[in-house]
Amino acid sequence: MGENLTGVAASPGIIIGEAMLLEEDLSYEKEIVENIKGEKERLKKAVQRSKEQLASIKEKVLSDMGEDEADIFKAHLMVLEDPELISAVKEKIETEKINAEAALDETIDKFVEMFADMDSEYLKERAVDIQDVGNRVLKNLLGKEVISCSELDKKVVLVAQDLTPSDTAQIDQEQVLGFVTAKGGRTSHTAIMARSMELPAVVGVDGVLNELQRGDQIIVDGVNGKVIIKPTKEEIAQYKAKAEEYVARKKKLAKLKELPAVTKDGHQTEIVANIGTPKDVKGAIDNGAEGIGLYRSEFLYMDRESLPTEEEQFSAYKEVAKKMNGPVIIRTLDVGGDKEIPYLNLPKEMNPFLGYRAIRVCLNQKDMFKTQLRAILRASAYGQVKIMYPMISAVEQLRAANEILAEVMNELREENIDFNADLEVGMMIEVPAAAITADILAKEADFFSIGTNDLIQYTTATDRMNENISHLYQPFHPAVLRLIKRVVDAAHEEGKWAGMCGEMAGDKRLTPYLLGIGLDEFSMSAVSVPEVKETIRNLSLEEAQEVAEQALSYKTAEEIENYLS
Amino acid sequence: MVCQNATIRNETGIHARPASLIVQKAGQYKAQVELEYGQKKVNAKSIMGVMSLGVNQSKKITVMAEGEDAQKAVDEIIKLIENGFGE
Repeated sequence: MGENLTGVAASPGIIIGEAMLLEEDLSYEKEIVENIKGEKERLKKAVQRSKEQLASIKEKVLSDMGEDEADIFKAHLMVLEDPELISAVKEKIETEKINAEAALDETIDKFVEMFADMDSEYLKERAVDIQDVGNRVLKNLLGKEVISCSELDKKVVLVAQDLTPSDTAQIDQEQVLGFVTAKGGRTSHTAIMARSMELPAVVGVDGVLNELQRGDQIIVDGVNGKVIIKPTKEEIAQYKAKAEEYVARKKKLAKLKELPAVTKDGHQTEIVANIGTPKDVKGAIDNGAEGIGLYRSEFLYMDRESLPTEEEQFSAYKEVAKKMNGPVIIRTLDVGGDKEIPYLNLPKEMNPFLGYRAIRVCLNQKDMFKTQLRAILRASAYGQVKIMYPMISAVEQLRAANEILAEVMNELREENIDFNADLEVGMMIEVPAAAITADILAKEADFFSIGTNDLIQYTTATDRMNENISHLYQPFHPAVLRLIKRVVDAAHEEGKWAGMCGEMAGDKRLTPYLLGIGLDEFSMSAVSVPEVKETIRNLSLEEAQEVAEQALSYKTAEEIENYLS
Repeated sequence: MVCQNATIRNETGIHARPASLIVQKAGQYKAQVELEYGQKKVNAKSIMGVMSLGVNQSKKITVMAEGEDAQKAVDEIIKLIENGFGE
């Protein structure tokens, strides 16, 4: 058997090819020098060469990819032109009488340390850029060839310790089959580049460079995060089949993108996606989602030191509304003591899931709530925006929230600011109390979106993170299925629609049941859209209704799961 | 020596884009230009210096310049800051 290694699946796809190792040997000897002038001259030349390389990379990236990606290199150039940096290195050469390599490396290290120590995430990341620039000058000083993939005569799998923006910018996409790096995670630079180039990649494969030699055959499974070095004939055959299957599936799903979620007998439903940031909209559209069923607004509040302003929020909501060109349901802030929002000073609670969170916090912190509502309403002038309140447990809360919303609408009217006064305002059903009184709530909400993740936890009294009892978290529990049906019926009774944004909506085993009980909208992660759509298109409503009826007749989750699988 | 204070207006303080605008602007003048924030003083023509200042919104900094076009340098940088760097 070939050498089997595991890492993090960074970009999907399966490829078999020859490995090309990118070694980064930047070692040097620290030496005392006599010719100070000569050293400074060497430094100057290396810096100049680096600037030229960066300028040409910047141009290439600008035309191949765009301004945002090219900005990284603009930043690198600025670092090189920084008078403090160059003068610090020169001074070191003069006073310590050491070679340019040592002077440069030590100076860069100091700056990297300074930035890595800073509080701001943004500045910490700049440390990586500074290191990248420093390495480039060092390579030029050492006379090492900076990676040149244009000399490849065949397609290869690039294997390296890690790939920096400079490295990947010069890669000729045509020559690369995929990437494997020893370091990195799902959001590292290699992963991002690989995904945008649509090439398979596995990162964080500890020790991969030790096992590999240039020219070795390597299998890269970017779907499962596996790498196989020097595979056997059987393994090659096995993976060739997997690769073909993957490509065929991808083609088929691409066709589905433009098709509507209509059953064989013409019953139409809506398939939409769950997103966290405006960047996710592209993935939603690419996978064939018709809109956004859940925009998790809390991402705007996380990883920062203060509340997002109305403008910041408005900008994000507007971007999504315009890009999507379909319905966009924005959920108001859904956070609690268990999420990282330190500046809200939410108390640490014994039972955060049963505690002060989501709509409860918003109804209490009116100013913060109003700012968000203002931003959402303003965005409604730019697209089909809808509002949804999380964790409503009683109709009084729905009324209180709507009262505040009305207040905000009046304020906007007085300020002559545009918004869609007729926008739909609905709520999530995730608390059992709400599910059971859905008939009362349906009279005052424009729609329901069932949040199954929390609904299941609350209904079965199970913390899905608790390993001891997580098997009790059962989407197929008859109680859950019954509650969902009750909610859908209650909505329809009042002429309102009911959708679902929890994980169950993206599970194709449950699609027939959900379709059969009349769910109007399915919202899920973008990647699940194609399969659920396919399932719907291959069913008739009549069949689905039969499935639903049958499923409800069983007494245990196991029976139901077996029936539906 | 020309000195003037300014208060940072934009939400995220002097992050990369504002920092590079200051550095670009300062670089246009012959004068020696420095920014002072609390105990820290940096060369306004150094991108790493300016970024490492770590100035947040509503904080006050001093712009100082010495040399030929010192006054213009200070004026223009102050203008940049007071316009919130166009954000």
